[in-house]
Amino acid sequence: MRYLPKSDSEREGMLRDIGAKSIDDLFAGIPAEYRLKRDLNIPRAYAESEIVQFFRQRAAESAQGYATFLGAGAYSHYRPVVIDSLVSRGEFFTAYTPYQPEIAQGTLQSIFEFQTMICELTGMDVANASMYDGSTGSAEALMMASRITGRNKSVIATSVHPEYREVITTYARYQGMPVKTVGYLKNGRVDLEALDKAVDNETAGVLIQSPNFFGTIEDVAAVGEIAHKKGALLIVSIAEAVSLGIVKPPAAADIVSMEAQSFGVPLGFGGPYCGVIATREKFVRQMPGRLVGETRDRNGKRGFVLTLSTREQHIRREKATSNICTNQGLVALMCCIFMTVYGREGLKELASHNLAKANYAAEEFKRAGARLLFEGAPRFNEFVIQTRSDPYAINDSLLRQRIIGGFPLKKFYPESGNASLWCCTETTSKTSIDAAAKEVAL
Amino acid sequence: MNWNEKIRKATTHISQNEVLIFERSSKGKKAYMLPPLDVPEVDAGKLLGDQAREDLGHMPEVSEIEIIRHYTRLSTWNYAVDHGMYPLGSCTMKYNARVNEVAARLPGLAEAHPYQPERVSQGALLIMKLLSEQLLEITGMDAITLQPAAGAHGELTGILMVRACLESQGAPRKKILIPDSAHGTNPATAAMAGYTVENLRSNAAGMVDIPSLQAQVNEDVAALMLTNPNTLGVFEQEIHKIAEILHAKGALLYMDGANMNALVGKVRPGDFGADVMHLNLHKTFSTPHGGGGPGSGPVACKKILEPFLPAPLIVTKPDGSLGFDYNRPQSIGRVRMFYGNFGMHVRALAYIMANGPDGLRQTTEDAVLNANYIRKGLEDAYELPYKTPTMHEVVFSDHRQLHKGIKTGDVAKRLIDYGFHPYTVSFPLVVPGAMMIEPTESESKASLDLFVEAMNEIAREVDENPEFVLEAPHNTRVSRLDETSAARKPILRWKPPGEAGKP
Repeated sequence: MRYLPKSDSEREGMLRDIGAKSIDDLFAGIPAEYRLKRDLNIPRAYAESEIVQFFRQRAAESAQGYATFLGAGAYSHYRPVVIDSLVSRGEFFTAYTPYQPEIAQGTLQSIFEFQTMICELTGMDVANASMYDGSTGSAEALMMASRITGRNKSVIATSVHPEYREVITTYARYQGMPVKTVGYLKNGRVDLEALDKAVDNETAGVLIQSPNFFGTIEDVAAVGEIAHKKGALLIVSIAEAVSLGIVKPPAAADIVSMEAQSFGVPLGFGGPYCGVIATREKFVRQMPGRLVGETRDRNGKRGFVLTLSTREQHIRREKATSNICTNQGLVALMCCIFMTVYGREGLKELASHNLAKANYAAEEFKRAGARLLFEGAPRFNEFVIQTRSDPYAINDSLLRQRIIGGFPLKKFYPESGNASLWCCTETTSKTSIDAAAKEVAL
Repeated sequence: MNWNEKIRKATTHISQNEVLIFERSSKGKKAYMLPPLDVPEVDAGKLLGDQAREDLGHMPEVSEIEIIRHYTRLSTWNYAVDHGMYPLGSCTMKYNARVNEVAARLPGLAEAHPYQPERVSQGALLIMKLLSEQLLEITGMDAITLQPAAGAHGELTGILMVRACLESQGAPRKKILIPDSAHGTNPATAAMAGYTVENLRSNAAGMVDIPSLQAQVNEDVAALMLTNPNTLGVFEQEIHKIAEILHAKGALLYMDGANMNALVGKVRPGDFGADVMHLNLHKTFSTPHGGGGPGSGPVACKKILEPFLPAPLIVTKPDGSLGFDYNRPQSIGRVRMFYGNFGMHVRALAYIMANGPDGLRQTTEDAVLNANYIRKGLEDAYELPYKTPTMHEVVFSDHRQLHKGIKTGDVAKRLIDYGFHPYTVSFPLVVPGAMMIEPTESESKASLDLFVEAMNEIAREVDENPEFVLEAPHNTRVSRLDETSAARKPILRWKPPGEAGKP
């Protein structure tokens, strides 16, 4: 076996040194009746060349090279090549959690930079070292709001990503956290009147997403006012991180729960992605997940360590803020490098290209005869159209042109008829948009 | 005397200094260029109104060469499996094969959108299906989900399934039993699933104390969360009895699969009575730890728990194609959006394919052989609190070093000077001053010999010059860091000069 650095004679020699007659001696602790007396029924070992060939075939069967109009929580952005060049360094990807800071300063400093950039972009004071993803991050943010306020109810907009809401339902069920939902208006924004009625003096957190699942940018300040006057916290989920380049950060939020996949993380059929929670300084001790802090060594030299770990499961066990153990280390590093490549000017320019493409597409689709929904509130790079034909039929004919059409909303919103959600990023070409416009007309 | 002359594995060398990326920033530098816009430009102010953003604060402005140098320099400050032995107990720091990385980055897989139609996702679906089937064969279980994002997330999934199953039988019950040697994630998970935690004592052999278990299991107990082999590296020999005691009272056996690297190809949890378990693909199945993630924590279970698995599951449709089944009325619901950490599924399947049945068995045997070789090599110098046979990891303690004022953490820091990553320090909690060593199968005899030599050398140093050990590491870029003040006055982000210290 090519990954095992031992010859049979070395194995025999080691067994002799230990004083074992055979390798079976070392497994004597396992009662004989349970020991597997046959080979595992899995395929024979493959050569490296065969493995590459196998996965190339699977890749070819996975819409390789198709253009896409799908967003809906996972976004197709260009990934600068320096990202993979750097994260492929074994020093990064074959290292463990930086529990021994003297030999993990690389990981620690890069997380500190990640935390800083997330703070700059979201306007929050502190950000953690990342969460599994945006969906679990939102659930953890609600639990955090519950710990801070000492209350247990949540109010969630139905315009939050439906799969996020499903995850929250799973998490909340056994936390004794009742969840109320509030619908959306004709402009796609959360129904503020209904929200005002839903939030009461027992509400711990109000969760909205902005831009929301329909691509609409919420009036975060107005939602914040409603939450805050009842003493509830406002949690804003951001699923399309690139929007932060051009959309105002959610200043009224108490907690921001982000999915940073857009920052240089491959779509990868849904994961791994990179959730992150950011918040106000005063709430930091109720935050879940790892945090990196700056400190000094014995000689006064600047260095970084994991800190405030008394919140975490390995110290607090059942009293921890969460059971989370890992963060998304390497994925957070991808995000960090992406944010560095684009930086202060580039993120803005990138976001403006997204805005322009989506605006062009929305206008062209409208001109072609589709009805644009949720007008009257600003959008970023996603929009919803209503078509005469079933969106699945539209997508079928686009698929024949190697184009993946928009997301049919009826999967999650049965009331939405033939509505579909379309996303354009900087990678969407005018040619694809024009081709799609022809199909949505039908 | 030169206290570094005995160090054979490592030599110090020049490493580059590097500031924070923000300290390299200067207005107008760029590392990007966007292609010309092929659609009309838009006025953001007009489209976004009062939601338009003015500026991006202190985001860095640097060039590409600076980014490459910056992160390359940072990378050289890390220790990694690629450098050498990384014997963190319970973490299974094994070799991360490069072909896994190539497979996961193939454009068709890396660029697949989770919502693209199933009929153009057959390749990705087949990868998930094959991995599911092979993990089921390896564990001896009946059904599986790949959705959980990490081990602890898998624990939560499994315990919620236990809860849903018991609820369907009448009541969820109240308690989860957890041995005192367990990972901290176990009790934290039980609490998140709405259970109280009851501690279970270990016996003198380091195993579950059967009479205590017998006394503690009643109709209030939902499940026992058991790591097997446990965190002492000891196989629970009476595992079947444990399962019987639980099952007799209607409770279930949850197996924490963190230590599955000791079992693959030799024994299957499904055969010894486990009802539900998670696997850590980033431990046993070689997906990289990535400096703290991403992980992946599939959960496998017996038939009785299958209805409660998260939706969706992969199914073969009547026309023979693969797809997702969302119609699972008894499911606990989703635990994560989409289908889990697919990129890790690719890597884990590539690992299993590279090994085959013989390779997986040999891997397990080598992992256990290596741990026992280290045990033999260190038992004269360090205290071995549990003499029970060792599987894939061995736990010593600092008992014999304490009289010199040297604790496990100090030996660990000195080990860094010798060119090794330390073992796991002060865990499991049942061993005061624990030194938990898991070499994995990835170490050659020569590298194990170097490790044993280093540890024995340090034991001598403790006797002859404990002060020197207390001050270790001596050869690193930074010396021991002040973690106390880091926690007392947390600085969790960079601020420009002049703004530091301000809220």
